Amino acid sequence: MSQMPQLPQLAVCPACAEPLEAGDNFCGGCGAALSAGPTRAHQGPTRYGQGSYGPASDDGQNSSGRERRGQEPGGRGPGGQEPGGRAPYGQEPSGRAPYGQEPSGPKPYGPGSNGQGPYGQEPYGQGWNEQGSAQYGQGPERQAPGGQVSNGQAPDGRAPYQEAAPGASAPFPPVAAGPAPEDYPLAAPAAGAPAEGGTPAGRGAGSGPAETTTGSGTDTGTSRGSGLGTGRPQGQTAAAGPADGVSDPREDVMVGGPRGRQCGACRVGVIDKDGYCERCGRPQPRERDHMEEELADVAAVSDRGLRHHRNEDAFALSAAALADGAPAVVAVVCDGVSSATRPDEASEAAAVAARASLTASLPRGTHPRQAMHDALLAAAESVGALAEPVNQPREHDDHRHHQNAPACTIVSAVVAAGGLTVGWIGDSRAYWVPDDRATRAARLTEDDSWAAQMVANGLMSQAEAYADDRAHAITGWLGADAYELEPHTASFSPDRPGVVVVCTDGLWNYAESAEQMAAAVPADARTRPLRGARSLVDHALDGGGHDNVTVAILPFPGPSQGAGSA
Amino acid sequence: MATFSKSNVPQFSVEVYQNEYLPEGGREVNAIVTVTATGGGTTGGTIGGATAGGMVSSASIGTGAGAGGGTEWGDPTAAGRADRGPDAAVVIMVDCSGSMDYPPTKMRGARDATAAAVGTVRDGVAFAVVAGTHQAKEVYPGGGRLAVASEATRAQAKDALRKLSAGGGTAIGTWLRLADRLLGSADVAIRHGILLTDGRNEHESPEDLRNSLEACAGRFTCDARGVGTDWEVKEVTAIASALLGSADIVADPAGLTADFTRMMESAMGKEVGDVTLRLWTPQGAEVVFVKQVAPTVEELTGRRMESGPRSGDYPTGSWGDESRDYHVCVRVPDAGVGREMLAARVSLVLPEAAGGGAPRPLSQGLVRAVWTDDLAASTSINPQVAHYTGQAELARVIQQGLHLRKAGDIDGATAKLGRAVQLAGVSGNEGTAKLLAKVVDVVDAATGTVRLKAKVTEEAEMTLETRSTKTVRVKK
Repeated sequence: MSQMPQLPQLAVCPACAEPLEAGDNFCGGCGAALSAGPTRAHQGPTRYGQGSYGPASDDGQNSSGRERRGQEPGGRGPGGQEPGGRAPYGQEPSGRAPYGQEPSGPKPYGPGSNGQGPYGQEPYGQGWNEQGSAQYGQGPERQAPGGQVSNGQAPDGRAPYQEAAPGASAPFPPVAAGPAPEDYPLAAPAAGAPAEGGTPAGRGAGSGPAETTTGSGTDTGTSRGSGLGTGRPQGQTAAAGPADGVSDPREDVMVGGPRGRQCGACRVGVIDKDGYCERCGRPQPRERDHMEEELADVAAVSDRGLRHHRNEDAFALSAAALADGAPAVVAVVCDGVSSATRPDEASEAAAVAARASLTASLPRGTHPRQAMHDALLAAAESVGALAEPVNQPREHDDHRHHQNAPACTIVSAVVAAGGLTVGWIGDSRAYWVPDDRATRAARLTEDDSWAAQMVANGLMSQAEAYADDRAHAITGWLGADAYELEPHTASFSPDRPGVVVVCTDGLWNYAESAEQMAAAVPADARTRPLRGARSLVDHALDGGGHDNVTVAILPFPGPSQGAGSA
Repeated sequence: MATFSKSNVPQFSVEVYQNEYLPEGGREVNAIVTVTATGGGTTGGTIGGATAGGMVSSASIGTGAGAGGGTEWGDPTAAGRADRGPDAAVVIMVDCSGSMDYPPTKMRGARDATAAAVGTVRDGVAFAVVAGTHQAKEVYPGGGRLAVASEATRAQAKDALRKLSAGGGTAIGTWLRLADRLLGSADVAIRHGILLTDGRNEHESPEDLRNSLEACAGRFTCDARGVGTDWEVKEVTAIASALLGSADIVADPAGLTADFTRMMESAMGKEVGDVTLRLWTPQGAEVVFVKQVAPTVEELTGRRMESGPRSGDYPTGSWGDESRDYHVCVRVPDAGVGREMLAARVSLVLPEAAGGGAPRPLSQGLVRAVWTDDLAASTSINPQVAHYTGQAELARVIQQGLHLRKAGDIDGATAKLGRAVQLAGVSGNEGTAKLLAKVVDVVDAATGTVRLKAKVTEEAEMTLETRSTKTVRVKK
């Protein structure tokens, strides 16, 4: 990863040596972001953190705002740029500080001015984390990205969950269900905690450089690894790397104006009314290219990845309550089957339907496991309904002569009353990752896939099966053409705090085993689930991002205390 | 502003047919762009004025069988001239060279045909008749003017035609230049010529004709007809091609009247002239070719006029109620798997309103590129693209085959014409298949196995050559 020091004005593009003109924010040759130059003021209010953090948040937000549901529309995606791929976070083209940093405002720090300091200082200290937390008032997230605490509270000091005594009782007795791993103790001591491989360190240059070089754009640019993990929140640093002219889902959406929005790919053209850059032809990012959402006790991130032109994954989060008023948290993740038509619609329909079902049935006192079962059926029904006779040729599926019914996988997790319940159909997965990485992480789901069947039936070893071309052929899915709908559910009662990672294969292909997943999950994922989810998405993108990536993280506070009541 | 007077300008709609998926590293994007003009002249042209600006913006975006994005809208500012009646001028150029008297029926046929054509000129349309020999002479109305069609002027014109007689040589360039002068004197939107010849352009050099065509291109459109079989196919098709009109053979002078009447009706149906096809391509892209592929194959690549950053205009002439297909091939920079790019934006543009004004886009369609590692997606060929690729090849192999046949290369001609038979059969181009059957004996159309006929009439050969560029549309 090369880090490009940022100069106020460069004579040539640091990436491709293209001569530059004064005032260029981006290289006309390769599209790389140049110095953090003039920035555009931000218009709209933002979703996160308004108000609580002063002016900075405003801008930061807009640019970083990636959440899609219910919040500022179009507010999506920070994908930064970087050669070889989109760096979804961290890089702020055009010198606009995406997160927390307000270049155009009354801020003392112009990007690139001193290259320092926005982090951790009050107005600027907010990266996304803060944003998220600001809105929801959750402590831990307020921590400044650079490791400083912007609100003066030590992150650790605010663990929202009590560290429950290990071994506390499980509220849900495991209910038998198929082949699913039933009642994991989820506490087996295991050595070699890879824990600290987690975010900051594991993500490479993450916090260090990113933090100190703000404004000079070391971050991302050349390598996603750098500055991504922790760098992301400081994304404002970016601005410098040799971005490769790849679209940045983040910016265009935000920059309105009489001229239209500037293209995120070439940074020169303007997005026309068709949604394409009038210069380089690259499309305006779509809302689903990158999505984030954070609720009080759960967060999810979904990204198009690097090799697919659209995001066919979807997720849905919700806070619910059990009949006794105890809080419950719901996450649903779905992966559209791309060999079918309209997979993106399928995944979205399934996620929304499952969430609706869970949030309706849990408060009625339905046992979480039953509620999960019902939710999977409801999701299946909603996807099946999509197959109905829309007999209209679809532009994007031109080449597909067969009209496979829309289909997707689903995995969902509910954390409530000291227990967790998962349900799935297909090959999207849930993992348990305890805070104490010395203890054993576990995969909570069994894929409905060719490879899994081979292994389950003893026909092949795990390695052989997953090396096969057919490994990922799924044997169960939601959709009108699913021959047999077999919802799997399982409940667990972990005896210690940790997180549940709910994800599509776009992530687990890069962290297949529970141990690998545990190593990829940041150590503080439980207290900062959004950051944890971003970090996992980065992990997948760093690995190649061959598929859409979607991750939800549900903090599990530990037994006995009731659900996370942070 | 809902009070525009009626406009006869048609609404254009653009549909794009393509497989937008490219393999890793793929760069070439092919698309068939179907442009359809409706609501224009042939039906009397009363559409468009009723609503503000004549907008019809509903649009066919992304729907329609496999069509890509497209929009349609009318021409909001075409009003203003409508109450002046038909906004067109026509000049008929009749060959009066000495050869027109052999046989004498030829001259008579030409006279009758011209009279019939004059009879179909709509009231209010400016028109003139030019007699062509080695020089051009005004037959009617004379004095370097155009007449305004009315019952009286049409009758006078017919009278004047009786005086037409054959004698002299052939220098078509001079006819065109006179027509251009006459048409240029009219402030109208549609300028059209109809040219009839029966012989070779012997009394001027090919360069003279080429220069005249260049001078006239873009100033008026012109249909060209060859009567009998003593004319040069390449000359006539070159005229029509350069002047964006049709070319055909009228082997039997008796058929001239019907043909002239059709041509004139078609010319009268044009309601908007000087429409250009504007092609925007992204930075770093390269236009491989732009062709009209229906109703005939017409190469447009070399006729590009730069019209702005990354965009160029290709002339399409005048439009009535009709539909044409264009094949656009663009080479774009590789953006990598998972990326999407707008590979081209195709729009129909009226360059300048009469009396100035900014170019007005009439409609547009989008050609996309999406890189994927899904081979099934990237290797499939769009049926429209495949079809027209075949039609263009059909035209090419017919021309090559006939050329080889003339040159005495029997094997070469057999191979080319065999391929033509095969292509015509596969694509359902029955018209061309029938014409081919007059030149070759078809042994097996499916494999393209043919034998050259020992005796082929000149008419059959010339008809095939002249009409080789006629295409059929995709069987839906």
